[in-house]
Amino acid sequence: MNLDRETLWLFGGMIAILTVASVIGAILRRRVTSDGGRKVVDNLVARTRAWWVMCAVFGTALAIGRLAPVVMFALTSFLALREFITLTPTRPGDHRALFWAFFVILPLHYWFLADQWLGMFLVFIPVYAFLFIPIRTAMAGETERFLERTAKVQWGLMVCVYFTSYAPALLMLRIPGFSAENPAQNAKLLFFLVFVTQISDVLQYVWGKLCGKHPVAPKVSPNKTVEGLVGGGLSATLLGACLWWSTPFTFAQAAGLSAVIVAMGFCGGLVMSAIKRDRGVKDYGESIPGHGGVMDRIDSLCFAAPVFFHLVRKFFC
Amino acid sequence: MIASAIASLARLLTGARAHWRGCAPEPRQRIYFANHTSNLDFVLLWASLPPAIRRQTRPIAAHDYWTGSAVRRWTAAKIFRAVLIERKKVTRENSPLGPMLAALAGGSSLILFPEGTRRPDGELNDFKPGLYHLAKERPDVELVPVFIENLNRVLPKGEVLPVPILCSVTFGTPIALQPGEPKGDFIARARDAVLQLRPA
Repeated sequence: MNLDRETLWLFGGMIAILTVASVIGAILRRRVTSDGGRKVVDNLVARTRAWWVMCAVFGTALAIGRLAPVVMFALTSFLALREFITLTPTRPGDHRALFWAFFVILPLHYWFLADQWLGMFLVFIPVYAFLFIPIRTAMAGETERFLERTAKVQWGLMVCVYFTSYAPALLMLRIPGFSAENPAQNAKLLFFLVFVTQISDVLQYVWGKLCGKHPVAPKVSPNKTVEGLVGGGLSATLLGACLWWSTPFTFAQAAGLSAVIVAMGFCGGLVMSAIKRDRGVKDYGESIPGHGGVMDRIDSLCFAAPVFFHLVRKFFC
Repeated sequence: MIASAIASLARLLTGARAHWRGCAPEPRQRIYFANHTSNLDFVLLWASLPPAIRRQTRPIAAHDYWTGSAVRRWTAAKIFRAVLIERKKVTRENSPLGPMLAALAGGSSLILFPEGTRRPDGELNDFKPGLYHLAKERPDVELVPVFIENLNRVLPKGEVLPVPILCSVTFGTPIALQPGEPKGDFIARARDAVLQLRPA
């Protein structure tokens, strides 16, 4: 267990935010009368409920510490990759390569992480999986759309496994004056990243619903508006900056890094939406009530995590 | 117990969701007929039923395949209580209808794949006429069309190891044989009922 005073404050803050959201949901439910409004409020309440569960799982994993967050993210990667591959048409010739991707490459990658073998962790999927997948697919002998098919599997591995795993990889860092003596401190760094990506999504949604008018990318994601992006992005950056005391950053540094996380998170949502539009679906799945699939929830995290990791590693280690 | 473990495992792997679109999961006697793309089809359909209904539902399976080895024989008989029918050398004595009607007379519901064999690409073959004869003999039994999506990608024909792909099992509105309806018409209508459940 690693529950110091600061972590307890972070958890307390989370519970406060969730409580406020639940209360607002309950009030809105009583006041809304129109059919369209009721739908939005029902979705809001379902989302908030799912947030309670997700925060409880994440908080428990952080509190247990050590391997728990790594296992949690490995399972998340598994679920996300399953959604991604389901949405991407594959052929019988891909079967063996997919089996390797799910049951060998994914666990090995997270094992390198748990083993703190940073060098291997960084190159395993971009280099060795990249080499292996087309070899195994070629051996299966089906050549139709070969490049497209191997690219899809590799893409799924990169986004759902490799990029996502950069979040728990933060636990490996040794930051002088922060986590050099006690690596458990890094849990707060992971909390910072996850909190900023998720609160940014939430605030962009809220600002968009309240005063969104001008779509940013009407073709790709009609629900993303300029007002949502600016309002949500700025308020998320501000909230992230206000967490500086639990990180190795100053207030200004925390604000700058939050801005990067928000920007990358927005782009992640945009790219993953483009894939959904191309396949003609709204969500990656229906496993999280109100939110869609696991991939819908972590799309922003996938894109923000690697950039955040490398910035911290470069400038703070 | 092994059976419910297998059912849970199949559901875990495929994240399968049962959509009861045209009827509710009621404990009445039924024949569930579905598209056939994978060896796991009946496991997943069976796993999608509530446990109480599952216990009184038996899959129809090919005699030649499921008696091929001791393990298969044991699995078919003990775990799934499969009704084994002949599909290779059909004579008047071993007509597939006999065991199916006997199972219905015993009060069981049945899971049937009227295509008779697996179709690896996820499309639908023509239906064999067995369903017509069952409908004629037992007009009191409900015929529920079912579409199983994506399972051919979980375990394609010829593969042993499954990969995790999200699947869905959709139950449609029951159909019934109309008075005087010709065999060909009814079989085509049954096939359409399954096809209509396919997600766009």
